[in-house]
Order: sequence, then structure tokens, then C-alpha cells
Amino acid sequence: MTKIDTSRPETVLPTPSHTVGPFYGHALPFPGGGDIAPLGHPDTIVLQGYVLDGEGDPLPDAFVELWGADPDGDVPRVDGSMRRDPASGGFLGRNGVEFTGWGRVQTDANGHWTARTLRPGARGLSAPYLSVCVFARGLLVHLFTRIYLPGDEASLAADPLLARVDEARRGTLIAEERGPAAYRFDIRLQGEGETVFLEFQ
Amino acid sequence: MTLTQHDIDLEIAAERAAYEKRLADGAPVEHQPRRDYAPYRSSVLRHPKQPPVSIDVSKDPELVELHSPAFGERDITEIDNDLTRQHTGEPIGERITVEGRLLDRDGRPIRGQLVEIWQANSAGRYAHQREQHDAPLDPNFTGVGRTLTDDSGFYRFTTIQPGPYPWRQHVNAWRPAHIHFSVFGTAFTQRLVTQMYFPSDPLFPYDPIIQSVTDDAARQRLVATYDHSLSVPEFSMGYHWDIVLDGPHATWIEEGR
Repeated sequence: MTKIDTSRPETVLPTPSHTVGPFYGHALPFPGGGDIAPLGHPDTIVLQGYVLDGEGDPLPDAFVELWGADPDGDVPRVDGSMRRDPASGGFLGRNGVEFTGWGRVQTDANGHWTARTLRPGARGLSAPYLSVCVFARGLLVHLFTRIYLPGDEASLAADPLLARVDEARRGTLIAEERGPAAYRFDIRLQGEGETVFLEFQ
Repeated sequence: MTLTQHDIDLEIAAERAAYEKRLADGAPVEHQPRRDYAPYRSSVLRHPKQPPVSIDVSKDPELVELHSPAFGERDITEIDNDLTRQHTGEPIGERITVEGRLLDRDGRPIRGQLVEIWQANSAGRYAHQREQHDAPLDPNFTGVGRTLTDDSGFYRFTTIQPGPYPWRQHVNAWRPAHIHFSVFGTAFTQRLVTQMYFPSDPLFPYDPIIQSVTDDAARQRLVATYDHSLSVPEFSMGYHWDIVLDGPHATWIEEGR
């Protein structure tokens, strides 16, 4: 039954996940999805990477969602990531001024994605990070991971998650510096160098 | 060697037997598919082999994953939830209305959140460039919609009954008719992408994607209910489908953003 009786908690059970399939490309991605940073913001960082399968081949049919705090560590509560145009029915894109903290980018034919966002500030007990959710054809349940940024070794060493991850795999959660405010973060779904994925309880 | 439906049927039966054995051995009910489900071949190289690292969200209420991105009236247009009105002409097919509530694991409505859908047209073809199925495109149907849930957590779409379609994983592989859903909760941990099916579809036993949910009751939760009260006189057939988001959320943060 798919009419849930909320007066009987034992019937409130989760809806199962399914793969996003191959044909979401005309539905979910939107123009400027990865241009999360307001135009000209001094705390802008550029992220790029590949999504790779168990044989090291890039995925041309994956997308990632990024979600992070602003540079002060505050959670954005601003809508407008995918502003629509009521006249044409098309997308207007972001307004270039407000920071929603969330973006969606699909991999290109080479399995490569890029995004521009703001450097996240620290919150709670954690070192600064961006939350990442990965979707792809073939992936029956999306995968969560995190992008930590290199540089502040003390803060990374004190992070409760990084402290629990095996030394050998810890690096998969930390982006590689590729220039001023530019980072690379590859996501390996399986095999050698497999990215650390997270579950929340 | 050519992969046949019979080969896939045997694999589906083996996966089901393995799940029943796990249950009999005292393992918990599996509400979600396993990412490693070989009858769906695309999963083979795309699932992690290492177990996920578990994060106990009660230890740090400041995790950004306990919050969700916000969406608002700017992110949708008034007719984005009516897939039959996006072109100058009427799409071909049986009009349907699909309605349901977006709930958390406590049965509380999730208000003002984004629900996105996409689907094939009535002939079983997606308006996607890489779609190879030789069925007609409908110039009056794109098959993409979005809406925000209302104050009681309800979403509502008007669309066209999608057709089943072949997908070439194996000889004579057909997907049961479905609508793809992408939804957000009050926490990013609740993010969900899934597919809604229609009652009594004869293709269910043959489809490794719906069968990846090996638990019978969980699989039933992917199937909408025909609801005559949602059928619109002289216009459409009505289906009801509630969505319950898994994943922990912070009960102390404000609701109804």
C-alpha cells in the first residue's frame, strides 16, 4: 500500500531508492548548476574531478550534488538555485548575488565535472567540508561523501570523521590543491583508491 | 553469449533466496536495494566494495548534512507540475493525476520541499537525445515536471501515463511503466531518487531494477494506488503515492521552511 497511515507509526516505512537511470539529462541538470559562488566573491573556490568506475573508466552519465556552509560556517537558507522564467518556461539561472550553498553538476562525456562555490567555514566539531551526493546510472542508491580542503592540518587532524578513517583511505576525502583556490576531487566508486562513502545514523 | 530473460530470471530468484536466507538467519528487513545487485548489470562496476563509514548524527547537531538546501516559488513556474501544458498542443496518451504526501520516518509532512519528476511518453520514449528506442517522440510532451510540497506535505502532478519500454540489457528486456522522482527532505541525509510504478504491472517479475528491492513489502511501496477520488471527471485517472524519506534528521531544527 502506498497510502501511508501516519496514525500507525509501524506502517511508516521508507520508500526504497532506485537508480537515476540514463535519461535524467533533460530533467535534473540546469544551467549554472555548478556556479554556486556569487559572481566575483573573494572566497570563491573552483572544484573539479572525475567520477570513475571499478575499472578506472570515467562515468559520462553521473551527477554530483554539492551542499555546504558559507565562509562563516552558516547554513544558507536561500532558495533560487534553479530560478525559472514564468514567461518562457525556461531557466533564468541563479541571480549571481545570493548564495544558496547547493548545486548540481553532471559529468561530461569525459566523466569530468566542475563547480565554483564558496570556501566553507567550520561548523560544530568538524573541519570545513562540502557534503557530496553522487548519482549515476547503475547506482541503485546514491552515495554520500565529503570534500575536505587541504591546508589546515591541525583542523583536519581534529576532525571526528577523518580521525576514524584508516590512514590509507583518508586521502580520498581530501581534495588535491591545483592552484590558488583550485582543487581536484576524484570520486572512485569501486576498486583501488575507492572513495570513502558515508552513511548517517 | 547472449544474455536472455531466463538467465536474468534465475539470477533474480537466487538473489531473492539469498535475502530470504538472511532473514531466516535473523538479519534485519532490507528496506533499500543493495548497491551490488548483479541482475542489474550496470551496478557491477559502480558499487563500492568497502563498507560505508557510519556517522552518528546525534554526536554533532551542527553537521551540514542535517540541513537541506532551500527551494522556493522562484524555482518553479505555475505550470511546472502540469506536464500536459508545456507545449502548444495536447500530448497523446491517457491523462493521469498523481498525488501523494512527502513524509519523514515519524510520519510528519515535509513542507515546501522540491519534488522533480521525469518520464517516458505514452509510447515509451524519453525526450532524451541518447534514447535509442524506436518509438515515436511526442512534440507536445517533454516529460519533465517539478513542484513544491504544500503545507500538509502534498505534491500533485498532471501528466500522461508513461509506456513501458525496451532497454537492451538482455534480449527482450522491458522496463515496467514508471515515473522517476527526485525529492529533498529537511535534511540532506534524506535525499531520495526513486521510481513510482503502476498497479499490477505484468512486467514486475521480469525487471531486475524493481526486483533489486528484494523485500516484498518494500517493493510494494514503490507502486502507486489507483484512487478514484483523484480521477478528474472527463479528464484523468488518479493515482496516490506517498513517499517516506529515510535517513536521520534533526528533530530540533525548525520545520516548514
